[in-house]
Amino acid sequence: MSVKERLTRDQMAAIAAQHLEPGWVVNLGFGMPAFVSNFIYPEMSIILHAEHGLLGYGPVAPPELEDLDTTNATGDFVTLLPGAAVMHHADSFAMIRRGLIDCVILGAYEVDSEGSFANWKVSVDLPRGLGDALGGAMDLAQCSKQVYIMMEHTTADGRPRLVKQLSLPVTAIRVVKLVVTDLAVLAMTDKGFELQAHAPGYTVEEIQALTEIPLLVSPDLRPAV
Amino acid sequence: MLPKIYGSIDEIVADIPDGAVIMVGGFGPVGYPFNLMAALYRQTATRLTFISNAGATFGRKGPIDFIHFYDQGRVAKFIGVGVGSGHPSYPSPLERLVREGKVEAEQVPQGTLAERIRAAGAHIPAFYTPTGVGTEIAEGKECREFNGRGYILEHALHADYALVHAWKADTMGNLVFRRSARNFNVIMAMAGDCTIVEVEEPIVPAGELDPDQIHTPGPWVQRLVQIPPDGIKKLNVREWRERLFNERRLAQVARSQEQSGEKAQ
Repeated sequence: MSVKERLTRDQMAAIAAQHLEPGWVVNLGFGMPAFVSNFIYPEMSIILHAEHGLLGYGPVAPPELEDLDTTNATGDFVTLLPGAAVMHHADSFAMIRRGLIDCVILGAYEVDSEGSFANWKVSVDLPRGLGDALGGAMDLAQCSKQVYIMMEHTTADGRPRLVKQLSLPVTAIRVVKLVVTDLAVLAMTDKGFELQAHAPGYTVEEIQALTEIPLLVSPDLRPAV
Repeated sequence: MLPKIYGSIDEIVADIPDGAVIMVGGFGPVGYPFNLMAALYRQTATRLTFISNAGATFGRKGPIDFIHFYDQGRVAKFIGVGVGSGHPSYPSPLERLVREGKVEAEQVPQGTLAERIRAAGAHIPAFYTPTGVGTEIAEGKECREFNGRGYILEHALHADYALVHAWKADTMGNLVFRRSARNFNVIMAMAGDCTIVEVEEPIVPAGELDPDQIHTPGPWVQRLVQIPPDGIKKLNVREWRERLFNERRLAQVARSQEQSGEKAQ
């Protein structure tokens, strides 16, 4: 009997990176998605956009190349690639709102069967309009061309995060195109979420048992790694 | 009118009164006006409304930030992005104060915050944005359709004062920012009725800055001050985080040693 392991955060990040198209302008959200930048290689020609107005940043800078004014959105010092540009905050979000971001990768608490998701408020005792963490997620999720979600498949106590209906305040409605969890890769089709890849050793039934949404299964279902 | 150049960082904020609405630049510690905030803290103004992304976000052990004003009970309201800590199990100090009814907070999606500030600077009293349609953020706001898509009405966000951190300035108030330290500073300089700027490099005579390189033209700026030699020009975020992390680890180790020492006795 083998011990099954869920996908690691790095494996999830690599999978998400594999779903980026050459030349895309990509924004990486806080948390798990930030690690996708470790798997974006020069030959992919991806242009990374950071919400505070930095376009064309590259890998995290080693200490000797740190520039105290050049950070990504999570505050790490980054290098700049040829063709990088700086803009102020309103121009950065103008770029986002206008739809120049081809893909945003965000974390989430829950995703529903229609591709709506919640990722800004768990503390439901806070007043309406106030949440735990609302940064650029709504602008990005409502206006980017693609929304990918990276999240754990279940909560700490084993409940599904892929749900029929969101129990938490929504971030954006019917926008999610791809979900990468530590058990599965799911793509939104016109008939709903389709399971495309699975963590090695996990069967469709096991994954479905941890998912509230009935999943379509891709004819090309394969191990995620 | 030319900006006034101050010789002292304490003098430049000395007349900020109780009840002032103050915009504070920066995205976390990058482009944050450390020295103006420290000087404001040394002064006694209270019942303040702060408008900002999130503050420097190093907490109590970090440089002067909103937390220090909260601890002194000097804040009536915070308007910005960083209301919660992002970790529901560990509420932020502001969340606690909101729950206790001591501080008011208004959380604004980051793009909407940026555009509300820019709009105030540009004398656009209100505008429609797609951001937040269908969410809690849209509640109580006018909604209208344009070209078959829903938008919500948002209003310009004004401030009595804008505290801005710039890289270079000249005597006419023209400002240049550096890399990601630009962020909110340009638009807050526009929106503030009185824009107060701390400058890293020596303030140069008019004519030395290349007109093509200027991010904020002089008329937006009312007051300038050179950051003093013992002030903060830039912070090494990574070193600060490591130091704070190590301090916490050492404190944890010390606590557990005490506990095991007590048990042994």
